[in-house]
Amino acid sequence: MNATMEKQRVRIVQGEEKQVEMENKNIVYKTDQLNLWYGENHALKNINLDIYENEVTAIIGPSGCGKSTYIKTLNRMIELVPGVKTSGEIAYRGRNIFDRSYGVEELRTKVGMVFQKPNPFPKSIYENVAYGPKIHGIRDKKILDQIVEKSLKGAAIWDEVKDRLHQNAYGLSGGQQQRLCIARCLAIEPDVILMDEPTSALDPISTLKVEELVQELKKEFSIIIVTHNMQQAARISDKTAFFLNGEVIEFTDTNKIFSTPSDKRTEDYITGRFG
Amino acid sequence: MLVGGEQGASAFRVKGVFILQNSTKTFSVQEMIQVKKQKKNTSSTIEKIVPILLLFTAIVSVLTTLGIVLTLIVETFTFFSRVSIVEFFTSTKWYPFSPTQGSYGVLPLVVGTLKVTGIAAIVAIPIGLATAIFLSEYASDRTRRIIKPILEVLAGIPTIVYGFFALTFVTPLLREFIPSLEIFNALSPGIVIGIMITPMIASLSEDAMSSVPNSMREGALALGSTKLEVSLKVVLPAAISGVIASVVLAVSRAIGETMIVAVAGGSTPSMSWDLTSSIQTMTAYIVQVSQGDAGYGTTIYYSIYAVGFTLFVFTLVMNLFAQFISRRFREEY
Repeated sequence: MNATMEKQRVRIVQGEEKQVEMENKNIVYKTDQLNLWYGENHALKNINLDIYENEVTAIIGPSGCGKSTYIKTLNRMIELVPGVKTSGEIAYRGRNIFDRSYGVEELRTKVGMVFQKPNPFPKSIYENVAYGPKIHGIRDKKILDQIVEKSLKGAAIWDEVKDRLHQNAYGLSGGQQQRLCIARCLAIEPDVILMDEPTSALDPISTLKVEELVQELKKEFSIIIVTHNMQQAARISDKTAFFLNGEVIEFTDTNKIFSTPSDKRTEDYITGRFG
Repeated sequence: MLVGGEQGASAFRVKGVFILQNSTKTFSVQEMIQVKKQKKNTSSTIEKIVPILLLFTAIVSVLTTLGIVLTLIVETFTFFSRVSIVEFFTSTKWYPFSPTQGSYGVLPLVVGTLKVTGIAAIVAIPIGLATAIFLSEYASDRTRRIIKPILEVLAGIPTIVYGFFALTFVTPLLREFIPSLEIFNALSPGIVIGIMITPMIASLSEDAMSSVPNSMREGALALGSTKLEVSLKVVLPAAISGVIASVVLAVSRAIGETMIVAVAGGSTPSMSWDLTSSIQTMTAYIVQVSQGDAGYGTTIYYSIYAVGFTLFVFTLVMNLFAQFISRRFREEY
């Protein structure tokens, strides 16, 4: 019963989205024939994906299917893993991110990331949010104060922390820490936010808050979210990509993939036959 | 309970073990544990005795420390019954061997110790920290596996070797550049003590920095930080309590260092802050007297306890200071 209600809700949301989409959205990320190897292990195979502006794109699939690898490739965090090789191209706003001239810091200043486990710095709440603007040269105390307040409000955590901005971030609960990490990411006003299973370490109520937040944030940001929770993908995303064994099996509108998947394997996965 | 089992029975059973190859009886594991348990009863007395033994050894080391401090205090009191405590801490003249009237003002020895320790810290802290940052944040696993053991070997060299290194190599080398440098001086042992404590700072700070979780580096990199920014603004602050602890430990070691200054520092107590002339540190004075320059029961004999006590207070204050600082700046994660 609940599931059908959920589906209806998704349809209504999608129906509204359809009209917006008529305005012809811009492509943020264009992935073209991307292959990636960990040493000998071929982890991503011929990936082609287009990610649009101001949408939530969900990436689902069973463990080890390459969904985390893919999202980490988008801001080149994957290069921290020794022995990674890539071929193909990912164009961010029309420019290949693997280009030698493309500084990785420049890319990551445009593309923020929220991780699986909350990872605030062992500093005060204020310093956590101000860290990004500070390293990029913003030192004016008044401006920083504004950025911190705006970012914390944007991450829907301001009311909970405004009276203890100068206390250690590790005094916050797990869910609050994760929203603080989102605020830290918002502070440099990125273009895209990558979220790698952002709710997998959180309780259901914190998860709900983050999901609501994602809905708010997509008005201003393009969001790509990896999740192992199919209901979550159905609830919050506009498009969904299904990954399996390093390949994209299906990539289409979320309501379509969950109602009438075109590939048998997608259907098996979303109906819970494996994974 | 014995579990009856027939060898070669078709049904496979998890419970039961054949003791002998051709036995027809199997024993359950629980059964065997019961049998062994009866023998084990003796071990329960051992279980009771062991904590008592361990407590005893712990008490031995505590008592030894207390004994040392007590001896130090008692003998220091004897000294202060002969020499005024005010003179000891305020007079700037240290002439214990004066044939007429000995003068006991500890400040020249304190100045000697501070000069040497200061030079050592100036040498060791930057090099040690830079090494730690390199090893923890930049070096490949292979490089780290080569460099860390070398550092630990450096820490194991006997200090007398460092002393002769200072006297016969560093001093002549420095005299090439500073002709006015005396044979015995503060500069050369200071530099060599700095070299000696550098591995300590490097190794302990590296441990502190390596234990900062990788997720924090990733968080900072994902915001567009460079590697240097990650090292200096995230990893170093997160590890600061460990880093400060390593520096204080190393500086305490420099204050208490004896052989290097005794060999290369000279034996001229001096209030001057000049680094090129001969000095005497608190530790070097204790060596000089212990070597037999003064008889038992003389004021000079008791003076080494007073100097030793002063030294003890110095390192104690350093340690308390370190605890305060590291608690104040601790970044918990």
